[in-house]
Amino acid sequence: MSLRTDLSIISNWITPGSRVLDLGCGDGTLLRHLQDNRQVTGYGLEIDDDNITRCVAAGVNVIQTDLDAGLSDFHDASFDYVIMTQTLQAVHYPDKLLDEMLRLGREGIVTFPNFAHWTNRLQVAIGGTMPMSKTLPNPWYSTPNIHLCTVSDFESLCHERGIHILERTMVNPDHSSTLCNNFMPNLLGKVALYRFKRRNNQA
Amino acid sequence: MPESLPPDSVGLVTPQSMDFSEPLELECGAVIKDYTLAFETYGELNSDRSNAILVCHALSSHHHVAGYHSMDERKPGWWDNCIGPGKAVDTKRFFVVCSNNLGGCHGSTGPASLNPVTGDPYGKDFPDIVVKDWVRSQSRLADKLGIERWAAVIGGSLGGMQALQWSIDFPDRLAHAVVIAAAPRLSAQNIGFNEVARTAIKSDPDFHDGDYYKYNAVPASGLRLARMLGHITYLSDDSMHAKFGRELQEGSPTRGYDMEFQVESYLRYQGSKFAGEFDANTYLLMTKTLDHFDPAKEYDDNLTRALARAQARFLVMSFTGDWRFSPARSREIVRALLENNRDVVYAAIEANEGHDAFLMSIPQYLTVFSAYMNRVAGEVNKV
Repeated sequence: MSLRTDLSIISNWITPGSRVLDLGCGDGTLLRHLQDNRQVTGYGLEIDDDNITRCVAAGVNVIQTDLDAGLSDFHDASFDYVIMTQTLQAVHYPDKLLDEMLRLGREGIVTFPNFAHWTNRLQVAIGGTMPMSKTLPNPWYSTPNIHLCTVSDFESLCHERGIHILERTMVNPDHSSTLCNNFMPNLLGKVALYRFKRRNNQA
Repeated sequence: MPESLPPDSVGLVTPQSMDFSEPLELECGAVIKDYTLAFETYGELNSDRSNAILVCHALSSHHHVAGYHSMDERKPGWWDNCIGPGKAVDTKRFFVVCSNNLGGCHGSTGPASLNPVTGDPYGKDFPDIVVKDWVRSQSRLADKLGIERWAAVIGGSLGGMQALQWSIDFPDRLAHAVVIAAAPRLSAQNIGFNEVARTAIKSDPDFHDGDYYKYNAVPASGLRLARMLGHITYLSDDSMHAKFGRELQEGSPTRGYDMEFQVESYLRYQGSKFAGEFDANTYLLMTKTLDHFDPAKEYDDNLTRALARAQARFLVMSFTGDWRFSPARSREIVRALLENNRDVVYAAIEANEGHDAFLMSIPQYLTVFSAYMNRVAGEVNKV
């Protein structure tokens, strides 16, 4: 089975043998892949019952927990990477969670749907409706995505919070990466991938 | 009574017992010269003896975990829903062992057994037992059965705490520990409940300071009260409401002192049943053992340090409606394991059934349990 492009990009960012915490680890696909191909150790945090079962079946260390309830069970600097794929937009306090990621990990990796993608802009501007698409499949009233943001929003939050962006890649809905969507990321990129760390002069 | 044995049952089983003649030094300093452990086994031990599972039982339980002793037995063993062919602990793949804890009253040496020194039942003179002692006595049973290392040690409630103790005391003798509805130690509230139960027993005039055997008496009313109280704490407000509501017992008057709610009748029935089959001194001993369980104590109350020795991989499960051993208590165990970088899976099962949920067939519970044990089975050779 081939790994989705966004997950394989993340995988390439990870130094073999690292310790990884995956926030909202879903069915454990990424962690399993990282265990097999990057020899990582670590844990996934997940809330959904079916995903817990899938993680167990996949041999992934999964802890059933609500990310919004905090990460106080984990010590400072206990991981090399703290990863959060497609979850940032669904938590109550994305800004605090970013800080928590860098409290626990040397580096953070997040992916999220870029709300400023041109197709979303068109749906609001011309259609006058909240955008729906492959990456944003739910209607506004039943979406888990309560904190959607754009590439520009995320980068200004990072700037404000003293977070230094190490890498950014944009991928398409089918998770392929092209030159085009990295050229004008906020307009042309559908899914954003970031690797970041605490700016040196900030604790 | 089953008319025929269900296909996913381990079937008819025969309790066994093992005598140990080498003295067992207890944590309290006392020595038990020789003792017997009653146990049952299901499934077959594979050729390299790697597929053995130890089940540790809860407070007032015993070694009859699965199957039937006879076709006349009304109910199967207490964890029959989890142990059997094709079940979470699949007896086609595992060799399952459960022993009655030392101090018990179902065949293992306990307060009702004869003290070889006096020739009378031990009664209140039966030495203090802690969970470590149980673990040590079970390790000797494992030696005799030729089991060097358990594929997993599994338990719910006090049994889960015993599995935790196993992982600390014999880190290289178990590959996995499954700790269900447990806690790293009891809260004051929990000890309080146990003390009320003990007081009920001790204040029964038939208790005779623990020597009721020689008076041919049984402190039945004390045991009944202890069980009724315990039972309420093992259920939840929701589950009691769902089970009984405010329904009256059939034939009950609708007013006056003789009026009887179904819940009253149920508790009285459970109390009487228990008083007829459980030894009062064993109940006192087991609740004390539970109260004193505290592996962190000798590590400056630091559970992380206590678990630093553990090498097993862990499955920890809790139930949201369990207020006696709440999910927060299981999280303390998980946290200590995380701090030691141990492999651990934690599942917080949504369930309203209270503490007794670990005995029930809650779909998500059985699904996670099965998925985990399936991984364990994948690591051992076939029977």
